[in-house]
Amino acid sequence: MSPSPGAVVRLEAVSKTYRSGKEALAVLKNVDLRVERGEMVAIMGSSGSGKSTLLNILGILDRYDSGAYYLDGRLIRNLGEREAARFRNRFVGFVFQAFNLLAFKTALENVALPLYYRGVGRRARTRDALEYLERVGLSGRAHHRPAELSGGERQRVAVARALVTQPELLLADEPTGALDTQTSYELMDLFEELNAAGLTVLIVTHEHDIAERAHRIVRLRDGRIEHGDPTTTDEGHPPPNGGFPPC
Amino acid sequence: MLEAALEILSVLGRNRLRTVLTALSVAWGVFMLALLLGAGHGLENGVDWEFRDDAVTSVWVRSGKTSLPFAGRGPGRDVRFTNDDYEAAGREVPAIEYRSGAFYLWGEFQVRHRNQHSAFDVLGVHPGFRHVEKAEMVRGRFLHDVDLEERRKVAVIGTKVRQSLFGDDDPLGKRIEIRGLAFLVVGEYEDVGGEAELRKIYVPITTAQLLYNSPERIHSLVFTLSNNDLEESRLASESIRLLLARRHDVAPEDRRAIRVHNNLEEYKRLTAVFGWIHVFVWIVALGTLLAGVVGVGNIMLVAVAERTKEIGIRKAIGATPRSIVGMIVCEAVLITAVSGYAGLVAGVLLVEAIANAAIELPLFRNPAVDLRITWIATLILIVCGALAGLFPALRAARVDPIVALREGD
Ligand SMILES: Nc1ncnc2c1ncn2[C@@H]1O[C@H](COP(=O)(O)OP(=O)(O)OP(=O)(O)O)[C@@H](O)[C@H]1O
Ligand SMILES: [Mg+2]
Repeated sequence: MSPSPGAVVRLEAVSKTYRSGKEALAVLKNVDLRVERGEMVAIMGSSGSGKSTLLNILGILDRYDSGAYYLDGRLIRNLGEREAARFRNRFVGFVFQAFNLLAFKTALENVALPLYYRGVGRRARTRDALEYLERVGLSGRAHHRPAELSGGERQRVAVARALVTQPELLLADEPTGALDTQTSYELMDLFEELNAAGLTVLIVTHEHDIAERAHRIVRLRDGRIEHGDPTTTDEGHPPPNGGFPPC
Repeated sequence: MLEAALEILSVLGRNRLRTVLTALSVAWGVFMLALLLGAGHGLENGVDWEFRDDAVTSVWVRSGKTSLPFAGRGPGRDVRFTNDDYEAAGREVPAIEYRSGAFYLWGEFQVRHRNQHSAFDVLGVHPGFRHVEKAEMVRGRFLHDVDLEERRKVAVIGTKVRQSLFGDDDPLGKRIEIRGLAFLVVGEYEDVGGEAELRKIYVPITTAQLLYNSPERIHSLVFTLSNNDLEESRLASESIRLLLARRHDVAPEDRRAIRVHNNLEEYKRLTAVFGWIHVFVWIVALGTLLAGVVGVGNIMLVAVAERTKEIGIRKAIGATPRSIVGMIVCEAVLITAVSGYAGLVAGVLLVEAIANAAIELPLFRNPAVDLRITWIATLILIVCGALAGLFPALRAARVDPIVALREGD
């Protein structure tokens, strides 16, 4: 089966088990998932259901034990650290609940850092980083350090950093977890805007009102994707490019 | 490379105090290294200076009173060297390269040229004396065999003698009066031995003997040896001593009657001592440096532990393990090399300052740090920095981004 050109993410029977000592904890069990280009998908599930694990596998931060993961048609399996780093840098952007900015660098330097690891020259780096800061509405705070920014601003810097490499996929693990409602909505506005411009977005969240704004909600329970009533799991926003039916 | 350096500087700038403290420990180590090396060099120069006067391989033989009975003769007898001893030594000890007798005209003499006069040491010597004293001719010649054969009244004078008797005039062909006798000046010499060596006047030994009415008498014998191997030099000076003992009915073990001073032996003894001091200096200096490097390594290790989150973030956005290793190693190299170099420069400057202050100490002279050594030290510093950074760097490269990112801020 050749990967369909439209699917940015395709998981086939992916399983992941954590072993600590004698105990084995199956976190993901035969997960199948398909995310089309331009989709915005929310991943929900109770604490410990494996959402972050799933996202880390999608972002090539973590390995899986069996099954297959295709990112943009490429099989991602057993990559060496070096290659994994390269793929991460090229194809995925991460946004974390805790922002994870480098405190000693300015917003601009934080945003430019992924380009440094791609080998982009200083000048081009600064130019691109400024452009993306502008896109998240923070060009005025380029030279501030994270400590001088509000939570919402920090998260937008993180989004700019995730986008500056022009990834295929934006992965956000509870991006609104540390933000108040108002700021959360503003961040979701930003995600929607980026998604409307063609970016594929996956958001892990606990909050229903955040999940509601995705095209589709994927629910994890005990390491499996729940196939409940399609009218309640699919919120019915069609992908902007008319796209592909969810699998 | 520049990019990487700028990236590292931004990291180092973050924890200034720690960076400065680490840098200080390395700088101190290298500073001490430079200082010790400079001091070691000063000691070596000091030894060379002490021995600068005469040929290193020279052997001086002086006579004294016998202290042991021998061949039916009691102790307390004066031993007196003669011209025959001089000849015999040349014949029977092949290791001798140059030789000379010395006949002292006791006490300083009033030496006069026209109305200038002053007191100088006057010695009767053989032509070979020039090599023993390492006298450099600046004008004219030294004494010749013919001067001795014909008992000529000629004199070779030191530069200081010329200055006080002739000023800046050319002394050659002029006459000076020694004990009322006129001597013709045939040469002027320089000697690195210093002031006292330059206030001497050498005349043919035969002339001097005649002047004192003891044509056979030699006060002391001096030789240079053709070989500067210590063992051979010992053997040679011993065979000279035994030869003279035999010729003068002195007990072979009577070291008071015939006193031999082997310059080479003294020199080697001192240089051996200073050789050990040198080794010691290096050990101490390298130890200090090693402590500095271990300090850097340790601090980098702490830094890496503190920075797991940062490293996790860097990995999440695409840093390869190699780039992480490179970053940590370069940080260590940068701290070590820059601060080490600063310490080196400070040390060299201090050594220079001490050298310029020209402090007079026995056996200590012109401390200096060899420039080649500074380059080698810089190289060693870079290597040490890399080694200090390597272990922490490998640890950093193993940081699991998932674990690192899960940690709280
Ligand atoms: N490195 C690990 N070693 C062992 N167990 C782990 C490890 N990482 C995660 N787990 C376990 O795997 C399960 C899934 O964790 P995961 O972080 O994916 O959950 P989650 O759905 O993101 O939960 P939350 O909503 O609380 O963030 C949890 O039970 C967790 O304890
Ligand atoms: Mg989670």
